[in-house]
Amino acid sequence: MTLEVTGVSRWYGNVVAVNDVTMTLNPGVTGLLGPNGAGKTTLLHMMAGFLPPSRGTLAIDGQSTWRNPEVYRKLGLVSERESVHAYLSAEEFVLVSAKLHGLPDPAAATARALDLVEMTEFKDRRIGTYSKGMRQRTRVAAALVHDPEVLLLDEPFNGMDPRQRMHMMDLLNRLGQAGRTILFSSHILEEVEQLSGTVQVMVSGRLAASGDYRTIRRLMTNRPHVFAVQSTDDRRLAVALMHQPSVNGVDLTREGLTVRAGDYGSFTRALPRIALKEGIRVRRLLPSDESLESVFSYLVEA
Amino acid sequence: MSTVAWITTRGLLGRRRFLLLLPLPVLMVAVALIPRLSGASPEEWVQEVIVAMGFTTLLPVVALIVGTGVLGAEIDDGTITHILSKPIPRWRIVVPKLLVAIGVTAATAAVPFYIVGAIASGPRLGLGIVVGSTVGAVIYSTIFVALSLVSRRPVLLGLVYVIVWEGLLSNLVSGTRVLSVQQYALTIADKASASPLLNNNVSLPVAVVMSIVVTVVFLVVAIRKLGSFSVTGETS
Repeated sequence: MTLEVTGVSRWYGNVVAVNDVTMTLNPGVTGLLGPNGAGKTTLLHMMAGFLPPSRGTLAIDGQSTWRNPEVYRKLGLVSERESVHAYLSAEEFVLVSAKLHGLPDPAAATARALDLVEMTEFKDRRIGTYSKGMRQRTRVAAALVHDPEVLLLDEPFNGMDPRQRMHMMDLLNRLGQAGRTILFSSHILEEVEQLSGTVQVMVSGRLAASGDYRTIRRLMTNRPHVFAVQSTDDRRLAVALMHQPSVNGVDLTREGLTVRAGDYGSFTRALPRIALKEGIRVRRLLPSDESLESVFSYLVEA
Repeated sequence: MSTVAWITTRGLLGRRRFLLLLPLPVLMVAVALIPRLSGASPEEWVQEVIVAMGFTTLLPVVALIVGTGVLGAEIDDGTITHILSKPIPRWRIVVPKLLVAIGVTAATAAVPFYIVGAIASGPRLGLGIVVGSTVGAVIYSTIFVALSLVSRRPVLLGLVYVIVWEGLLSNLVSGTRVLSVQQYALTIADKASASPLLNNNVSLPVAVVMSIVVTVVFLVVAIRKLGSFSVTGETS
């Protein structure tokens, strides 16, 4: 089952949210990465049939998703907005989904879905009393109850702790291996470490990069960095650093040094060695361009 | 009971705004009891209590609270996507929700309407105005359900409609009476009760035909709007 996005744009008045995106999603897990405001949610809403594209087409197995409720037989959606009927228990909530899907045995489907997300133990409690991770898993169970071929998740890791995140990623990977087409969005690259699949990177509404996650991961760890350094002798440290091949430039300022390193890994390994050799004590080392935008725009250039 | 109707009912009864429905009926009965106990003749107060308080205020306000609650509230808090992401034709979402709205509105209105009618002149008037208020509940609910799909501010818009159009214009300007839900409901109540205490401003055929036309038009609008429902705002 493939999800086909062809030349899709979406604008609101003068603002272009999604700009001419074309992608094909195949079975397996795909991460849709990009900083906030990149258009990920807009794209997901269009994929899920909750927003008409201004231009282009979106189709699951050749069927358009807009104004076509039949498509939800094959599609599951976990939206970003954490809207649940808080007065229901997890079991009731998932059961409602199963019944609305018109499944032949809603109770069995509900039990299976709750089991898949490991919520069986807590199924009788009101959703309002759940932790964020439990609510998220309940929502995933509701989206999975009809065993859809395609599952879309908008920021599923938002607000989860690392353990819950690992759990969820594990679940998504399992579903992907079972032949489902899974797409999730995220604006935090570190969230998707255990991802075994491909990524699509969106920046400012455009599809900026796509490919194997490991390649992108490597590019990330080896990306150029700017560090702010303070030491007991900035001037001497600057001279020593300039000998390093991993250092592209050093600025001497009143607050210390601004070091532009070509490579994150080798610079951070080299600095302590140099300081030790020169007898300089490093008081402060701060990476100064950790903004997501800079990381993503680097990925786009690479 | 369909699943959509079940979840709608639970959602409606579970929300705090549902409590807003209680004071008006209680007030209406209380207001009717005062002249009754003080021995005033029904002619002196029926018009004010049944028409002004009941048909002009209670019925549309209850319908507004309930009608915008069955769908508008879910659109507001985003839970609507759970129901929309299912392979069901959109009319099968709108119709059960509308039926819940009509049922709750009609029931909330019926109790005080019957009591007040019975106090005024006996069960015949009570039943008659209940028939009228039920017809009114059907039309108003359809309008307000449709309104919550057309506008992001259905309650405000609905309130302006109730106060300005139904409350003011249709009482002051006779030409707008033929386009007033309140007048249809009153006419039907009048015919059903055959009571001299009520009077009507439009003819029965007009009231019946217009009731059907308005209901069908707004129902179609609601189904069509839900069919092309787009999630707006909060993109990240």
